[in-house]
Amino acid sequence: MKITDETIKYVAHLARLELEEKEIGLYTNQLNSILDYMEKLNKLDTSNIEPTSHPIALECVLREDEVKESFSVEKSTQNAPERIGSFFKVPPIIEIED
Amino acid sequence: MEETLHLNIKDISHLLKNREITSFALTEFYIKRIKKYDSMISSYLKITEDIAYEMAYEANKRLEKKEGGMLTGIPLGIKDILCTEGIETTCASQILKGFIPPYDATVIKKLKKEGFVHLGRLNMDEFAMGSSTENSSYQITKNPWALDRIPGGSSGGSASAVAAGLCVASLGTDTGGSIRQPAALCGVVGMKPTYGRVSRYGLIAFASSLDQIGPITRNVTDCAIIMNAISGHDPMDSTSIPQPVFDFTEALGKDIKGLKIGIPKEYFIEGIEPDVKKSVIECISIFEKNGAHVEEISLPHTEYAVATYYIISPAEASSNLARYDGVKYGLRVDGKDIIEMYKKTRLKGFGREVKRRIILGTYVLSSGYYDAYYRKASQVRTLIRKDFEEAFKVCDLIVTPVSPTTAFKIGEKSDDPLKMYLSDIFTIPVNLAGLPAISVPCGFDSLGLPIGLQIIGRPLDEARILNAAFFIEQEKKLKKIPDMFL
Repeated sequence: MKITDETIKYVAHLARLELEEKEIGLYTNQLNSILDYMEKLNKLDTSNIEPTSHPIALECVLREDEVKESFSVEKSTQNAPERIGSFFKVPPIIEIED
Repeated sequence: MEETLHLNIKDISHLLKNREITSFALTEFYIKRIKKYDSMISSYLKITEDIAYEMAYEANKRLEKKEGGMLTGIPLGIKDILCTEGIETTCASQILKGFIPPYDATVIKKLKKEGFVHLGRLNMDEFAMGSSTENSSYQITKNPWALDRIPGGSSGGSASAVAAGLCVASLGTDTGGSIRQPAALCGVVGMKPTYGRVSRYGLIAFASSLDQIGPITRNVTDCAIIMNAISGHDPMDSTSIPQPVFDFTEALGKDIKGLKIGIPKEYFIEGIEPDVKKSVIECISIFEKNGAHVEEISLPHTEYAVATYYIISPAEASSNLARYDGVKYGLRVDGKDIIEMYKKTRLKGFGREVKRRIILGTYVLSSGYYDAYYRKASQVRTLIRKDFEEAFKVCDLIVTPVSPTTAFKIGEKSDDPLKMYLSDIFTIPVNLAGLPAISVPCGFDSLGLPIGLQIIGRPLDEARILNAAFFIEQEKKLKKIPDMFL
């Protein structure tokens, strides 16, 4: 399963990453060698093995539904690169027709 | 004050409580040492001098009243991945430059309650992704034992600062070996607790099913003292284990007679440097001579651990790092629309290794590849976990090397990610299984570079691990701080 420059560009788009031109070829080569190495997992028959997503089995953890103190709006937005009052400011998401 | 460099926290705390030294003078001593020596190793990203003196002053007030605990007035360094209210926390990344957390991580809160002194922020691989600290976007940290070599990673700043005597102890984090490997390479003690033993609240996430916070210290006693302070259930972390915490210092100095130690044959394969192997085998015979039962065991799926880890951890990372979008905090680069803004922000904000892992993680989770990679790796993770479960039916502890080599040269592996990944071969399985493990210094190679011994235990059995590590420490009595820092 060789991956190509096109795959890298597509995956980078999914991850919302812009790549420099020189990085694309580099990542293609490096990822191919990493994925080749990972082929060794296919030597193992895992057809009846349950996957582990978490090392310690815990029950579903819930807390009491009580109102507690939380961060102020000021504190929650203090690190925003741009804000208007108590809101985060972002570029337009919906296109507006003239 | 110089003599405190050779004391454990228990003894320093004694001096503080008896008013033989003050926390202010102790803090000043360390701040001066950082200013004198850190230019040689670049372990600190930032010294929080004013905050340190303020905290020392507060600690002093408690000590004068004969109040406070073992860590009151003790100056510590903090890996720059633990959110600390009011102090810039960057994860050594450009994308978090200027980020000032509005809250404390639980471990910081606990240490503040103890009255510790915050000396500064320690360097690391960006977002804890790396084994050499060369992936920091700010500076390259050097190994105090050989300035042309790496300190290990990702907690390289934490380990090098402790080894050079630029803090009494530090906190690191370990996702695939990031506490134990730098501790081994810098000749200090580093513990990765059981997954869930220490709250991850406020730890900037890399791979959530693998990350744990733990101490990096100059001796095993200090490691136990810091474990006491940071362990315990926390309602703010749903993966935190609701189990009472033992006083870990009480575990130290117990007889090791009858202890069952397993030696996995898969960990003594080709690729291990002869000096590393020799030193580890010597420790095993020390255990045996003192009444421990040593037995060869098998962890048959060891060879699959690195491949498994480098599917699971980038997959989790690609999801965790989606939050860096230029909206809520950190860097923003403007674009014509929101997608372009995201992409440009993440291009400028992330370093090469981070982008490589996000791409790898996104790929293995993407439609059509999920079963082949992510699901497969999660199944192999079960096999690796079961290997340990089987092993711990016949032994109490497992002893291995921490790293197949001693510290390598700066730049030696930085162009070959796979080669770098393979340097974590002995530490990764422990994270996949969620087990506790320590790295304790066990010798030096022919170049004078430190070697670490890894001791792995059953879930929540940190006490037994600490006792065995303490035993080796007492037998070996190795040098802790290199001459050029004394």
